[in-house]
This record gives sequence, structure tokens and C-alpha cells, in this order.
Amino acid sequence: MLDWIKVGTLSDIPRLGARTVETAQGQVAVFRTSGDEVFAIFNRCPHKGGPLSEGIVSGKVVVCPLHSWTIDLATGEATAPDEGCTRPVPVKLVEGEIWLELKAGLKVAHG
Amino acid sequence: MNAALRQKLVVIGNGMAGMRTVEELLAIAPARFDITVFGAEPHPNYNRIMLSSVLAGEKEVDDIIINPRVWYAENGIALHTGDPVVAIDRAAKTVTSLSGLVVPYDRLLLATGSKPLMPPLPGLELPGVVAFRDIADVEKMLAAAEQKQRAVVIGGGLLGLEAAWGLRRRGMPVALVHLMPTLMERQLDVEAGHLLQKDLTERGLHFFTGAQTEEIMGLDRAEGLKLTDGREVPADLVVVAIGIRPNIDLAKGAGLDINRGIEVGDDMCCSDPAIYAVGECVEHRGQVFGLVAPIWEQAKVCASRLAGRDDANYQTPPLSTRLKITGIDVFSVGQLTAVDEGDEELIYRDSAKGIYKKLVLRADKVVGAVMYGDVADGAWYFQMLREKADVAAMRDRMIFGQAYADVSAKGKGVDVAAMSDDTQVCGCNGVSKGTIVKAICEKGLTSLDEVKAHTKAGSSCGQCSAVVQAILSHVTGEAVEAKAAGMCGCTDLPHDEVRRVIVAQELKSMTAVRKALAWRTPDGCAKCRPALNYYLLCAWPAEYVDDSQSRFINERVHANIQKDGTYSVVPRMWGGVTTPAELRAIADVADKFQIPTVKVTGGQRIDLLGVRKDQLPAVWADLNKAGMVSGHAYAKGLRTVKTCVGSEWCRFGTQDSTGLGIKLEKLMWGTWTPHKFKLAVSGCPRNCAEATIKDLGVICVEAGYDLVVGGNGGIELRGTDPLCRVASEDEVLEYAGAFLQIYREEARYLERTAPWVERVGMDYIKKRVVGDEAGRRAAFSRFVYSQKYAQIDPWAERVLGVEAYEFQSLAEVE
Repeated sequence: MLDWIKVGTLSDIPRLGARTVETAQGQVAVFRTSGDEVFAIFNRCPHKGGPLSEGIVSGKVVVCPLHSWTIDLATGEATAPDEGCTRPVPVKLVEGEIWLELKAGLKVAHG
Repeated sequence: MNAALRQKLVVIGNGMAGMRTVEELLAIAPARFDITVFGAEPHPNYNRIMLSSVLAGEKEVDDIIINPRVWYAENGIALHTGDPVVAIDRAAKTVTSLSGLVVPYDRLLLATGSKPLMPPLPGLELPGVVAFRDIADVEKMLAAAEQKQRAVVIGGGLLGLEAAWGLRRRGMPVALVHLMPTLMERQLDVEAGHLLQKDLTERGLHFFTGAQTEEIMGLDRAEGLKLTDGREVPADLVVVAIGIRPNIDLAKGAGLDINRGIEVGDDMCCSDPAIYAVGECVEHRGQVFGLVAPIWEQAKVCASRLAGRDDANYQTPPLSTRLKITGIDVFSVGQLTAVDEGDEELIYRDSAKGIYKKLVLRADKVVGAVMYGDVADGAWYFQMLREKADVAAMRDRMIFGQAYADVSAKGKGVDVAAMSDDTQVCGCNGVSKGTIVKAICEKGLTSLDEVKAHTKAGSSCGQCSAVVQAILSHVTGEAVEAKAAGMCGCTDLPHDEVRRVIVAQELKSMTAVRKALAWRTPDGCAKCRPALNYYLLCAWPAEYVDDSQSRFINERVHANIQKDGTYSVVPRMWGGVTTPAELRAIADVADKFQIPTVKVTGGQRIDLLGVRKDQLPAVWADLNKAGMVSGHAYAKGLRTVKTCVGSEWCRFGTQDSTGLGIKLEKLMWGTWTPHKFKLAVSGCPRNCAEATIKDLGVICVEAGYDLVVGGNGGIELRGTDPLCRVASEDEVLEYAGAFLQIYREEARYLERTAPWVERVGMDYIKKRVVGDEAGRRAAFSRFVYSQKYAQIDPWAERVLGVEAYEFQSLAEVE
């Protein structure tokens, strides 16, 4: 069962930055672009599992901090010539609140 | 060549082996053949190896298409999908397809692949029983997964395990039945097989090992397995993945020589000189094939032969195996265990971390390797096995990996022409010379950056960049100019020009720079943002507000990220001097936060490794309380000042090198620089502090202090060049500070002092620092001014709550 779950507000994330959400399926990175768009992908680079939330964000991509793979925030795909993909998580922004579509949660704790 | 003179090539089989051969052929002889391809499946050519990733939900079918239909059209290839060839008439030289097409050939290529091996079990024909071979099988398995049914997989080899894991990832309860006592027994020894089973059991798979299936139960559809020992395994989906066998039906019908597979010679030709075969359908010198590496080699040889070159011969290379289960690292090559007294085993086992490594040696050569949990050095062991390298000299270290054994070749003076194609050039990414040459030729690469992007060679530590550059020059036949390229894809302007404009036009924010210089991207990119941030910080120390989102993670969180996402913490130890109280505080922190590794660094300090990000502020708070501040071990900034004990204790010491080191460190700590900056002070010319491989070194002599600059002990060893001799400690501080400031203002971002000194020349540096007294004093005072804004302990700021969001997760969903 998938459910929309509120994880925080837009202002919790710095522009061109990211925060993480712990889920039963693994850590999800939630990114905010300079234009205040929000994207969410699983926080593991397809290359060596690097934490994408710690990378440098520009436009709609993030560069993995471990070996500089560039990952598309919308699709989770590595950009050419690298190949690989991390799973995107459906996300929506409603009146400044960030919602992720995740496996139904029993409990949400906001950090 | 005139179209009418072209020969006709018919390819039976639209899989990886056949199309790779066609690709190779088009690359070397594009006009030789009119090509017709028949495929039994309805899809264009796809990457069968990645089916397990499709099953696991990591990829879609579209993602694994190698050549879309448009590729066939562009290359003038007639493609017939979903239309298998049913007969070959060797006398008439024609093939006939299921739909009735009759196509003549001059050359025929058989790439019919393999069929799943199906054991003679009662119930095999029931609905709900599938193999794991093609897209249709995967679709059936996914349909079952959607209904959350139970699955059982027969076969604990590579294929069976990937199938079981994929189904588990799709949420199904999965059991796996394997005939042998341990998993992957052909690729793993007993120990590694057990570790694999333990890990996969923890991930929710159930295993029945040493178990033989008697029948598939069920009346109208599969309901489970009955084992010969009487146990029953209930399941709605039964996946049979015990292996493959060459698909030789067509070849057999045509009267070609066959055994287990279609027999081919070293030229990949069958018993009929007009017919070739490649891939899983062939048998070469008694061997059949299931892994991709030898098949790529066959494709290359076969294409050369088809193109009319008679010097290409196939030889099976040694093969290595990896398992595609996310998060489980397995590697094996060659012999799995010692088989007689001549063989020796080197074994490393860390049961807590689930790491196991074994090397099998014979006569001081590697003949096999099995690795579980940490496979980083697999490529290196594999290379030594291929090269039959004598490893006697590093035998007692090699099980710990290449970094410890240190056999790295240096870039300079390497004869790239004499280097064999399989020589590993990039140890970090496992890239061979052959791969680099191929990428340069096939993709028309002309710059080092392009080669890095396409092959990954040189993109990690950069140590091999010189060799990669040399290969590039060799292949393209010209010395490739390192042209003054733009900073990054966002601008064509080089670093120096951007920097000049920042100062000339008084640009004081990143947005202003991008606007004034017409950047192509609104945000910049991960290459230019850290550079611009540094240039602005250096130009306007009092005004510019550091942009933490333009900092690489280490500088953003003031700690060093490690490969597992944890961090390392290095407190400053002024001049390498510490106290019992500081050591006690460090020990207490290590205990309190259960820090797994405490290590002494090369810069005379102590490194705490394996700290979780959320623990960092608390760790820093405790270190701060004991009087310690950030050591900036993570920074493109002032790192350490290494010292010897000097005249205070040493019978040879001429000056107080320790005290001078501490003064230099107190002057310089906290500064940001284009790249890291390291110092050392030695108390006499014996130079125990190794000052001659530092960015700036001081060597004390009876008559004063020798200053040396531009050394580097890292990637490329470079000894320092002498700058000058001065008489007093105050002069040391002024000259050193001026040198550092000029480096800060004039070197390009990420340029160490060693290449900078080589680029601008020692004459220039001496003129600025030694010859121009007023200029030196001015540079020194600019440095002291900028330090007013830089010498704030970033750890103490964060203990007080600066950027607190960096260290907390946004939410936890349980």
C-alpha cells in the first residue's frame, strides 16, 4: 500500500541542497532546486552507493560526492556517458509542505 | 564498393553475440555486406544480462535495449523480429524463416544463443513454471509478483540467485532449492558460499541446499515442489534456473558438426566455410560459454574474419565472475581452492564485517581468487593472474590489496606503445589500455577530459592521468595540446580570465559573476561553483558570504566523507604537539561515540574514522571542551605543519623547529587555498620532518632558515625548489605568508603549488617573494587581513547550531 506522507516543509531544505528521510525501504534524499522545485530519489548512487544528498546540486542534477557521477533528479538516471539509475520517489509540494508517496507508514517523526 | 558487388550476410539470432559481431563488422568494413537479421523474439536487440535488473525493478525493458530499430535502419540492416529461421539449405545457400521468407546468403552467422536447461521433472509443463531466459519469462514472473504469490527458484547458481533476489525485491516470499550443499559452487568456495547464503537469508530468502526436486506438484497449475527427502515447498510460481545449453537445433538440422555446441575453430568458422557461429551456441576447443567477456572476444574475431582478415584468432581469456545483487559483492576468478601440494592459499577473514578474501597461488603466481564483501581489489588480482606476474616480493601484503602492496606504475617515462592492451592503466576504475584506445578510436575523443568521461580512466585519484594523456597522444598521433579550456561547460572563459574580471569589475556574488560573464547555466555546475566560491572568498575576504551549497561535502560539513558515507574527524594538533589531557579527551570521545578506527595521520595528528554525520556536532563539542579545534583535514586550505623536535631535545637540532612550526600554524590555520597546503619545519638538514616534499618547507641551519617551496609527496612526487635563506623567525613568517597569499591569489582552483610553481617558474616566484620587498610586505599584510575573517573554528560554530539542518534527517517514516 502506497500512501502520501508529509515529511516537512520547503523551508526545511536549503536552496540547491538536500535533506534525507529515513524509510523502511531505505534512505530517501529530498532535493530543492534554485527554482524551489522539489525532487526525491533513493539516496544511493547507482555507481557505488554514495549518498547523493551530500552532492552539489545545480539545475536538475546532483553530482555524487564519492566519484562525481551526475544523477538526474527527476529520473534518478546517471547522465551519459555513465549508466545506471537510482529509483525516484513520487513527491509533491502542496502549500509549502513536502509529501512523498511511500509504503504506508505507521509513524512519522520529524527531525 | 558498388552495392551490386556487396556480399550477402545473414545473421540468425538478434541477441548480444550476433549484434556485437555486426557492430564490430560495421566498424571495420561498413560496405562489405548487405545484412539481414532474423530474431525469434519480437524485440530489437537487448542486453540479456540486465534482465535480472529489470526483474528487480532497477531498470525498465526500454532501458536495456542495446540497439533500437532505428539503428538497424540507419545501417541498412533488414531486421525480421518474431520470425525465427527454421531451415538452412547449405547447397542452395539460403535460409527459410517460419513465415516462409527465403533469403540467400554468401556468409551465414549463427548466433542462436542457448536454451534454458530443463530437468526431466514431472509437472514441468504446468502453468506457473517458467525459465529465466528472455523478456517473456520476466513478464510472466512480474505478473506473478503483482499478485504477491509465493515463488520457488530451482538452481543456486548465478542465474537462480539473481532471479530469486529480483522476485524478493518485488515483494514475493521466495524459496530457493539447490542441489549442491553451497551456493554458486562453480564460482565460490565453500566459505564464500556460506557467507552469501547467510547474507541472503538475512534479506528474506529461504534456502533448501543439498536438495533435489522430485516433482512439481499441482493439477491445473504449479502448487509447489516435492523434494526427494519428502519435504514440500509450496509455491505458485516455479522458476527453473539450473543452467543453459547451447541452442544447436538449426545447426544440427543443417548437418553442421556439433557436439555440446556448434563446433568452431579459432577463426569462429563452422564445419562449412561459409558459416560462422558466435556466442552461447558455440563450442570452442571443448568449451561452451555463458559469460559475456569471451563472447565479446569471439564477436571481434568473427567480425575480422568476415571482413576478410585472416590473422584474427580466438582464444578464451581467463574469466572472472561477479554477482548482480545490489549490495552483495562477490568476485571470483580462476582456481577456487588449492588442489594439490603445489598450491598455496592466502586467506583474509573478517567475520564481523562479513569480508572474506582468498588468493590461490602456485609457484609465486596468482592462479585464483575468491572475494566476498570487499571486492575492490578483484580487478588487480585478475590482472596479475592474466599477466602471470611473479608476486613473491609482495606475497605477505597482497591479500590486503593493491594499496598496501604498492606496485603502482608511475606515469612518467612509461612507454605506452610497448604497453599491452590488457595492462591496467587506471587502478581505481579498472580500465585497461585497450579500453582507452578503443574509446578514443570509436568515439573520436581528442581531449583528456573526454577520455576520462567515457572510460573513467583517471577520473578518481588522477594518478594515471599522465599515462592516459600519453596514450591519447600516441593514438591520435600528435601531441594533444592542453589547451586553455573554459572552466567548465557553463563558460568558455578560462579560470584566469574569470578571476581577473571578478577583481576588475568588483563582482562580489556568484550570481553577479554568472551574469556579467554570460554563464550558460543559471546555477552553474559542480565544477565552477566551488571555484567561483573560492575566487570570491579570496578576493573579498571581509564582504563575501561563503556559499555552503557550493562547497564539496567535506568542506560543507567540516569532516571527510568516507566510502560508507560516514565521516572522519581530525582535531588540530599545533605543530604535531599534544598533551596527556588532549589524548585523554580524544580517547574519551572515541569510547563515548564508539568510533571504530583511531589512526595516526601522516601529518602528525589523530584521525577518528567512522563517525556518523548526526554525531559530528556532539563529537566536536567534546573536542572543543578539551581546547581542540578543527584540523581542516578536509579542506582545500591549510592542513598541517609537520615538525621534528628541533633544538629543544635533539642533539643535532640547530633551531626550535617545533616552536616555529607552531607559530606558522597559528598564523595560517583556517585559510582557504586553491588546493590543500601543507608545511613542514625540520630542525637541521637531516630533514626528519620531510620538508622537501611540502608546499612550503623550512629547513633550519646554524645560520638561519632555508625556505623551500612547491614540493609534493602525493600523486606525483616532486621535491621542492629552494626559495631563499632568511635569518630570523619573523622573516620566515613574512616570506611564508607572502608566498601563501600569492599562491592564493594567482593559482587556479584545484592547482597544487607543485604544478603552479612549474607553470609560472621559480624565477617569477623569487622575484615576487624575495626580490620585491614592498610587494612581499603588501602580500603578507593582505594575508593577515584575510585571516581576521578566516580564523573562526567551524566546529565551534556548528556546536552552537550553525547549519544544524545539515546534521539531522528531515523525517523518519517507520
